[in-house]
Amino acid sequence: MHAVAADGVWKYFGDYPALRGASLEVAPGACVALIGRNGAGKTTLLRILAGLSRPSKGAISIHGRMGYLGHGIGVYDDLSAIENLTLFGRLAGLSKPKESANAALEHVGLARVKDGLAREFSRGMRQRLAISRAFLHNPELLLLDEPFTSLDDRAVAVLQKLLSDARARGSTIVMSTHQIREAMELASDVALLERGRMIFAGPRSSEMLLDPGWLYRTYGDVKE
Amino acid sequence: MAALAIAGKDLRTEWRTKESINASVSFSWVILVLFSFAFDLDREEKLALSGGLLWLVYAFAGALIVNRSFAREVPNDCLDVLVASPAPGWAIFLGKAVACFALLMTVELISLPVFGLFYNINWTAAFFPLLLVIALATWGITVVGTAFSAVTVNVRLRELMLPVLLYPLLIPMLIGAMEMTTGLLNGNAVMSDIRLLIVFDAIFTSLAIYLIDFILVI
Repeated sequence: MHAVAADGVWKYFGDYPALRGASLEVAPGACVALIGRNGAGKTTLLRILAGLSRPSKGAISIHGRMGYLGHGIGVYDDLSAIENLTLFGRLAGLSKPKESANAALEHVGLARVKDGLAREFSRGMRQRLAISRAFLHNPELLLLDEPFTSLDDRAVAVLQKLLSDARARGSTIVMSTHQIREAMELASDVALLERGRMIFAGPRSSEMLLDPGWLYRTYGDVKE
Repeated sequence: MAALAIAGKDLRTEWRTKESINASVSFSWVILVLFSFAFDLDREEKLALSGGLLWLVYAFAGALIVNRSFAREVPNDCLDVLVASPAPGWAIFLGKAVACFALLMTVELISLPVFGLFYNINWTAAFFPLLLVIALATWGITVVGTAFSAVTVNVRLRELMLPVLLYPLLIPMLIGAMEMTTGLLNGNAVMSDIRLLIVFDAIFTSLAIYLIDFILVI
């Protein structure tokens, strides 16, 4: 059984097809780097997988609890850090949401300011709060949309640690990114989207690791 | 459980910011006070107009409350996180509707003494039947309003769109609430319209719960 499967997914925005029959199958425990140029359909595909958008055609299936980290940080400015995480713990059905929230804040170095309102936090602290929210309920599937973009150094370190812990636990990760070199180091599989079509999906090879441009040159439309 | 968590979050946020309750209470008081000075009515005329006036104020105050319901989720893309969470769509909707109901009931109960004072109407004589009518009609306003708040959340002119969509649907329920309120304040209540409020609430609550996933995920 696949942890995530998208079968011939189309998504239209008006007349424009943002996804054109994209298919992807992700085995449990895999870490997929979803790459492609701007406008290729990465965010659209991730939003469909996360249940935030409905495919115009095609089908998706998801197995296991999901954690989602999108472009927005997804935390409430007028709630404190502990209130934010306790809320999401309750929504995830955790048996002890407050204890889980406290542990998560400890993990990302925000335990000292747990009662401070999110709007009073620096950008880096808010990013760490958002990251801890996505990982709070130990999801079996993580959908991350450009997770490393505009993070500060500390947030990058926190995210890398949480990702490696999640992989060690056997969680499945699907992560869109423009930072191909970093993504290749983390990924077990790679999926390349181009103009809404999935033109490559398979295991990451040594060529991709040594030369991040290899995938685009081999499978992509180099004439562009 | 998830619905209660969302309702609690909305009420806590509102308690801290007071962004919709301040606007709604001041609007209600200003309208009630202005109308009391605008018309020189005798007691019978005031009693005849009482239900209509009260529900006009409550309906407009309600739009101010429900407008913020899903709009509150827009900053930081919180709505995405809420929808992607394991909480079902109906729980998200019910949590938000319950929070709006509590806020609008608060506004209405705060405004009732002002109404009694400026129009010299004894609303305490039939307080509990009046409370029942207010609660049923308020649930009707909040359940339809919260659903349309979700529909208009990503619309640029949502503050204008929401009342345009909301009020036509509320008309039958508001007419019933107005007639019963006028009757109760006059001391000759006809509670047969209570069935209209109950049926309206049941239909629109069921419809909203059924449709909310189609509204939130497009």
